[in-house]
Amino acid sequence: MTQEVTGTAPEKLVAVPVRHYGRWVGALVVVGLFGWLVSAFGNADIHYHVTRDYLFEHVILVGVWHTIEISVLSQLLGIGLGVLAAVMRQSGNPVIGSIGWFYVWLFRGTPLLLQIILWFNLAAIFPTLSIPGVWHADTNVFITPFMAALLGLGINEGAYMAEIVRAGIGSVDNGQTEASHALGMTQGLTMRRIVLPQAMRVIIPPTGNEFINMLKSSALVNAAQYTEVFRVSQTEAGKNLELIPMLFVAAIWYLVLTSVFSVGQYYLERRFARGAQRELPATPVRRLLALIGKPPRT
Amino acid sequence: MTTPMVKAERVHKYFGKLEVLKGIDLEVQPGEVCCLLGPSGSGKSTFLRCINHLEKITAGRLSVDGELVGYRQQGDKLYELREKETAAKRAEIGMVFQRFNLFPHMTALGNVIEAPTKVRRTSKAQAVQDAKALLERVGLADKVDSYPAQLSGGQQQRVAIARALAMKPKLMLFDEPTSALDPELVGEVLDVMRGLAKDGMTMVVVTHEMAFARDVGDTVVFMDGGVVVEKGDPNQVIDNPQHPRTKAFLGKVL
Ligand SMILES: Nc1ncnc2c1ncn2[C@@H]1O[C@H](COP(=O)(O)OP(=O)(O)O)[C@@H](O)[C@H]1O
Ligand SMILES: [Mg+2]
Repeated sequence: MTQEVTGTAPEKLVAVPVRHYGRWVGALVVVGLFGWLVSAFGNADIHYHVTRDYLFEHVILVGVWHTIEISVLSQLLGIGLGVLAAVMRQSGNPVIGSIGWFYVWLFRGTPLLLQIILWFNLAAIFPTLSIPGVWHADTNVFITPFMAALLGLGINEGAYMAEIVRAGIGSVDNGQTEASHALGMTQGLTMRRIVLPQAMRVIIPPTGNEFINMLKSSALVNAAQYTEVFRVSQTEAGKNLELIPMLFVAAIWYLVLTSVFSVGQYYLERRFARGAQRELPATPVRRLLALIGKPPRT
Repeated sequence: MTTPMVKAERVHKYFGKLEVLKGIDLEVQPGEVCCLLGPSGSGKSTFLRCINHLEKITAGRLSVDGELVGYRQQGDKLYELREKETAAKRAEIGMVFQRFNLFPHMTALGNVIEAPTKVRRTSKAQAVQDAKALLERVGLADKVDSYPAQLSGGQQQRVAIARALAMKPKLMLFDEPTSALDPELVGEVLDVMRGLAKDGMTMVVVTHEMAFARDVGDTVVFMDGGVVVEKGDPNQVIDNPQHPRTKAFLGKVL
């Protein structure tokens, strides 16, 4: 069947678009407030050149590196513990299940700062640490600032990750487990190969938020004398007596770290959306390339 | 006489207080295609799931190829099998679900080689070779690298059949394999199953496809309310039912 083509083209529709006066007023107010804030910061007696001079100081850069290092390692420890605790709570074994429950209860129920200080002073409770016949250490030697920071942040994080992983596992259709079992896969294999990879899609976005939090709450390990960027900037401020400019140094680095990571998170989420959508949406980079007329690589 | 592939004797199944199977007696011989018919809620799926121990039976005896499902008998005592042992037995029984249950994060090929490589520890190269042959057999040679979301329902179900066949099962269980499909896609799945039956696969098929049951089925079993109401030759049960409940059910679906 063909449609008959009429000679005249349809008349183009012309209409006055809706005017959003409110938006313009809002924008003016925001610009005004922003200008006032800038002038307040500008007129205050803050030595901004100190911020600029210290931003790339060697000690500061080492501090930044330590912040990245402790955050990444603690987050990894947290993810490992979280998966373990979540799987434990899933297991049919009531003893194992309650261990998982107790862990989450204890470490979510007490302040992180308190936990970090406790880890740092572990020697007061256990003067020596040992795995009988395998390993033995003086607690004061074993618990360095780094170890206290790692244990404090990582173990606490694990309790939060456990909840996130549990929600992720719960989001996977029961039919997946059933099909795996029907193929002769054991529970462990099913969890590792089928359930957890699919749970990732649900686990990753909140984990990204957790990591951004981690980057910032790593400042708390100041209490364990670990030399991350916040502690270092404070130490320097103690020497040059420029508290506010040095706080800005730390703030700028935290913003840089969280921004860079947010971009990484976007790509991570994309990768784990595989299979959930027929086609993945184009990345911003590709969309940009398409805009300036470059054919996207495939 | 050969050992029956499936032998159910007075099988009962309770979910809490609800008795879903009320004493099922059934034998399926090697090479036989047994079609299970019956209204929704009559316990067909539950019975099928008992055969590979996805559900535990509450009373009675159920064996596959001469071995008890989920238990080991020593003297007159039953011992529950360990998880690994149950899994090993399930590996020899293929199952195809109404809703396919393909692994969405793996390609068609990935779905098919998963169990052979991880459960049977077949080499990857060998598994891939076998999987490609199987996918070709179900008519999907060109969909090897597609993800389930990129396939039609009929194609997904055929991948699911290939996935089950990859474990070289001695028995295949089908739970309404075409019920979730658009009508025009039903035929392609039934054709694959027809081919399997012709190659001598032992099959227990829950289905509402009367034509399939009549053509391919060696026996037809009509279940209702957790009991086997009538069983026998397809022509006899479908075209000349004896029991009023069978007649009423067939009157609705034919
Ligand atoms: N896991 C379960 N828990 C409780 N009741 C169930 C469960 N699975 C099935 N049932 C009940 O068992 C009965 C039979 O279900 P099913 O075997 O799925 O029937 P069919 O496959 O013949 O439609 C239904 O009443 C259903 O609600
Ligand atoms: Mg059913």
